Amino acid sequence: MAGTAVRGRLTWQTATVDSLVDETASVRTISLSVPDWGGHQAGQHLDIRLTAEDGYRAERSYSIASAPGEPVAITVERLDDGEVSPYLTEELRVGDEIELRGPIGGYFVWDGGDRAPLLLLAGGSGVVPLRAILRHRSRIGSTVPVRLLYSARSWADVIYRSELGAEPDGVQVSHTLTRQQPPGWTGYARRVDQAMITEVAWPVAQAPLAYVCGPTNFVEAVAADLVALGYPAQRVKTERFGATG
Amino acid sequence: MEALEDGVVDGNAIGGLLVEVFGTEMTTAVGTCAGCGSTSQVAELAVYRPGLGTVVRCRSCDNVLMVFVKIRDVTCVDMMGLAQLTSA
Repeated sequence: MAGTAVRGRLTWQTATVDSLVDETASVRTISLSVPDWGGHQAGQHLDIRLTAEDGYRAERSYSIASAPGEPVAITVERLDDGEVSPYLTEELRVGDEIELRGPIGGYFVWDGGDRAPLLLLAGGSGVVPLRAILRHRSRIGSTVPVRLLYSARSWADVIYRSELGAEPDGVQVSHTLTRQQPPGWTGYARRVDQAMITEVAWPVAQAPLAYVCGPTNFVEAVAADLVALGYPAQRVKTERFGATG
Repeated sequence: MEALEDGVVDGNAIGGLLVEVFGTEMTTAVGTCAGCGSTSQVAELAVYRPGLGTVVRCRSCDNVLMVFVKIRDVTCVDMMGLAQLTSA
């Protein structure tokens, strides 16, 4: 039937690259025109599929960096030993086509319905879906208070630097730079630990909702620290990106 | 054949595969381990992708809950390790 969207159907479709923005030396945001995009929720991801001339296929998942209502965008970090990310961050040009399917995911999403204070914890490129959540919160005019703790290796590795630096109303951003800090740095300068989380996290009594995203080791440690602080496990949402940082 | 060697991730990473197999979003579905009886949303389960397929394990007892192997566009699904899987 014409115009009927089959609920749950996830089909591969061809998207066109609209723009490319270099966020850092190794991270690029790719905005896409997707002909049959039905919208998405903040926190969801999409799957990208590359097919080589010999038919070899590689699939990867990337969190959607844009808010619902904005053009679909993904932010990709180039992994030195990656099969897909070097192509997406270095070879892809405006006007090129890529295959994708999405949006995917119903767990690591925030739609503004829950009015609880939001605690966002990002390890490296784990900040991508959290940025979509922040942009969605701004777009819907939500006044839910937010604290973001963002762990990166150095200031040069911080993605969305100026956007996060602008600190929208009600959003507090804390950075921790684990390997290298700029001169005069007064922020955290170590890996996220129980003490840091205790300082940054919303008090348990406020029934906050936490989203933790990044490398698996980061997510496991942070989630455990939050539970140790008294956060109920069901109020800590996790998304693990794998072994690389 | 994809080669994905990214260590252990979680059920979020196989959201697309689950839609292929079940026809709907399943990361919020709750699985009951046939080994130890513990329950978990699929998104929070341990997912391993050694290159030949996808293995989903219970976080409490490490029991294999689900195995997905794709052979020439046919996906083979083994869910013997799940006592129950309830869609949200």
